[in-house]
Amino acid sequence: MSIDRRQFLKIAGISSLLGIGATAASATHNVWIKGINPPQVEPEQAALRAAHWAMVVDMSKFKTEEDFQKTISACHTTHNVPDFGNIKDEIKWIWKEAYENAFPHQDSPYMEEKIREIPFIVLCNHCENPACVRVCPTQATFKRKSDGIVMMDMHRCIGCRFCMAACPYGARSFNYRDPRPFIKNENKEYPTRTRGVVEKCTFCTERLAVGKLPACVEAAPQGGLIFGDLADKNSEVRKIVETRYTIRRKADLGTGPSVYYLIGGMEHA
Amino acid sequence: MKLYDGGKILVGLLVFVAFATFPFYNNIGKVNAKPEPKFDTPAILQMPEQERKCVESKEFMRTEHMQLLNNWRDSVVRDGYRRYTSETSGKNFNMSLQNECMRCHSNKKKFCDECHNYMAVKPYCWDCHIAPKEDDRS
Repeated sequence: MSIDRRQFLKIAGISSLLGIGATAASATHNVWIKGINPPQVEPEQAALRAAHWAMVVDMSKFKTEEDFQKTISACHTTHNVPDFGNIKDEIKWIWKEAYENAFPHQDSPYMEEKIREIPFIVLCNHCENPACVRVCPTQATFKRKSDGIVMMDMHRCIGCRFCMAACPYGARSFNYRDPRPFIKNENKEYPTRTRGVVEKCTFCTERLAVGKLPACVEAAPQGGLIFGDLADKNSEVRKIVETRYTIRRKADLGTGPSVYYLIGGMEHA
Repeated sequence: MKLYDGGKILVGLLVFVAFATFPFYNNIGKVNAKPEPKFDTPAILQMPEQERKCVESKEFMRTEHMQLLNNWRDSVVRDGYRRYTSETSGKNFNMSLQNECMRCHSNKKKFCDECHNYMAVKPYCWDCHIAPKEDDRS
């Protein structure tokens, strides 16, 4: 017996309505083979957990150039971020940005000079509604449902750079060249990247997973970077965001950044 | 029937056949060396004999390690689950190629590459993951 196209489509349509064909199509992720069952895996017991990881940046605590350098290099050495020595190829996870570039929508020429002139610490904002995740064709970048971190799966990244175009914060860098020769001191416990993938800050998921705070938070001057669970009413970040005036980068775009900046109070610091 | 330039043609044919079959008769009698991955790293030798067990059984690891690593990667990167409980021994493992597998199997050349080269497969693990330092003697 042979069937024609019309009959085939009828059968396919009806069976997918009944959910017969659908299981085969949706079972592409998490196919566990015999001998490895999902219940065999669990998070580390020491892992730090939160419903919504967020960071408060208190710029008044960053006083010297060294404060910035310590914070930035702590991140970059931990994560094997290469230094190509030129801005064109630069890879950055956390970096300095002038106020007018970090907060272009909140800029005015008559602002307090102190604020206008100091550099701001900026990093991936781990948005509540991340534009990069929407455009990624392979789901290489995705938002973790458990704690809101916007993660990168380097294995999946095809290097299309849609996410770089989508990100309004310039938080993503592309490896135009092989980064390996440009890493001064390799951290043997963390992978490097390869040519042709995009990378960015991950809120140190690998450190949170073993109960440590992000590397930048540890290296920053005391109270400069405050990290915690924004969904938890008793957390320090939540209290600061509730009681003091904070701003977020380009919040008017609707991305819902999770990095808050404490502004003002520089003279009391 | 007359074969013009018969001598030249026959010699040419002979040369061609000898050339084309060179790989075959050159390897006659030579046994193609089977890959023999080594398990003699310091970390493994330090363990008592009975505890020298991989994540799962040897047979399972031999045939399914790529699947296991794939699942480990998805689990760690996408779900944030890093601890794996072995089905065979009940032991816990940190799901990390670079930090856990290579802690015992620190001899990438004699362990990974041995079979991968033989099978002519080129996994791209080491484009990003940092392989343990080895001296080039082996």
